[in-house]
Amino acid sequence: MTVRPYEKWIQTLLFMFAAVAVLTVLAITLFIFKEGLPVIFEKGILGFVGSSRWAPLSGSFGILGMIIGSVQVTMGAIALGVPVGLACAIYLAEIADGKTSGIIHPGIELLAGIPSVVYGFFGLSVVVPFLRNHLPGNGFSILAGSIILAIMILPTVVNISESSIRSVNADYSSGSLALGASHWQTIVKVILPAARSGIVASVILGMGRAIGETMAVIMVTGNVTSIAGSVFDPVRTLTGNIAIEMGYAAGEHREALFATGVILFLFIMFLNLATTCFFRKAGDIK
Amino acid sequence: MNSKNISQRAAFLVLKTASMATVAVLAIIVLYIMSNGLKHINPAFFTQKPVSMGREGGIAPFIKSTIYVTSVALAIAAPVGIGSAVYLAEYSRGLTPVRIIRFCTETLAGIPSIIFGLFGFVFFVIFLKLGWSVLSGGLTLACMILPTIIRTSEEAIKTVPMPYREGSMALGATKWQTIVKVVLPGSIPGITTGVILGTGRAIGETAAVILTAGSSLRAPVSVTDPGRTMSIHLYVLTMEGISNEKAFATAAVLIMFILGINFAANKTVKLMRRQV
Repeated sequence: MTVRPYEKWIQTLLFMFAAVAVLTVLAITLFIFKEGLPVIFEKGILGFVGSSRWAPLSGSFGILGMIIGSVQVTMGAIALGVPVGLACAIYLAEIADGKTSGIIHPGIELLAGIPSVVYGFFGLSVVVPFLRNHLPGNGFSILAGSIILAIMILPTVVNISESSIRSVNADYSSGSLALGASHWQTIVKVILPAARSGIVASVILGMGRAIGETMAVIMVTGNVTSIAGSVFDPVRTLTGNIAIEMGYAAGEHREALFATGVILFLFIMFLNLATTCFFRKAGDIK
Repeated sequence: MNSKNISQRAAFLVLKTASMATVAVLAIIVLYIMSNGLKHINPAFFTQKPVSMGREGGIAPFIKSTIYVTSVALAIAAPVGIGSAVYLAEYSRGLTPVRIIRFCTETLAGIPSIIFGLFGFVFFVIFLKLGWSVLSGGLTLACMILPTIIRTSEEAIKTVPMPYREGSMALGATKWQTIVKVVLPGSIPGITTGVILGTGRAIGETAAVILTAGSSLRAPVSVTDPGRTMSIHLYVLTMEGISNEKAFATAAVLIMFILGINFAANKTVKLMRRQV
């Protein structure tokens, strides 16, 4: 192989490009923690995450209400979005012909491309008024946030579940069909159990997207800092807390918002690790 | 017909309904915003400045800001992302650094945009003293779309068959010559899709940009000026209750941009596949 002197330089340059992703992750972690940790240490971890009193002006920074809010909205989104997404994935992988999936696939791609602020705007102009007119409460609620997020996580759930269903060994289903099982019985008893890990991974990834979503959520959930008692109550999420108050916060208040970011970051890292574990499992099956 | 078949038919009907519902939701969102927005859009909406916070007038400065911020993001993320992908696909040999790089790319892809916003604010705006500017916003977005570009490019590069590389090397080409003349041309459709997908994300992003690019009503002249992108403008119009009509119109323009980008992505892939 001919080796020219510039070849070595190019390899070094490309390595430096590849290192940018690593440096970015390090820098993000470093700067968010550096800004956020002092407040957490000062208030004590329990005082910060264990209290639901958020009153920046009097120096009370308890984010329990927002942690619960984020979890509530995310769980609602999973409950509404996963059944539909999974059904769609099974349909695309097992039943749909080329023409039908030729309509659904681009649709899902587009769903993933719509900006979150547009989802929020749609939620504010359609979902919130609808809930206000037909259900208790004023419309700004956990439910409104969950509905919008359920739509937003559909592409994640559908795409990853579909590819994990497709990657199930074809011999499994042939075997099941040969034993006289119907196509549907094969899907339920053979294909879905075999694709389990990938499906779980898609749900966890969807959770990550839902818990990290900001603009769409703050436009429909009402953003009050108290803990919600029902799905019709307004709620504030971790992301919402940061986005709403960052514009005017200063000093310790701003640090408390970075500390909110630290907690959000930890949630996401935990979900990422869980996804990686399930993907590794999914890889074993294949 | 036995019960097995009946339950199968019922189940498949449910699956089909769910799939159709997904497409229906998309159609409802797009049609609702377009039908309410298009009637408030005229040529002046694209060319005029906003009057009284956006209650009247157009969104010309915000279109300009959006293009500026997105261009900065692409100018950085595209070369770095494609370079990383080439490194991962062509030079890596399963070493530890590569595993670390891949792990970090995955992590980066999962970080919420508001965290990017916080980081961009404390790092670019304050630490590097770039202020609220097109540059800060673009750099923040570059970090955000980097994983999208790396992943799609790496996958595209991997689809180029091994014998192509071997043939080129056998003819005496160096590794880099092979990459430039054989591997990259073969993977251009996939790489382009990745870059276009990144563009779409950058255009629609709000949370990361609102904390880094500012929300000035004036059009940026240079990259050090603050700017308000269309998505920030839509957010401000809605949350401050400035004008519902203008909000619909801005949302419709955003959707048109996204539709155009998706269309362009599909078309380029088809066109280039034919050429390669």
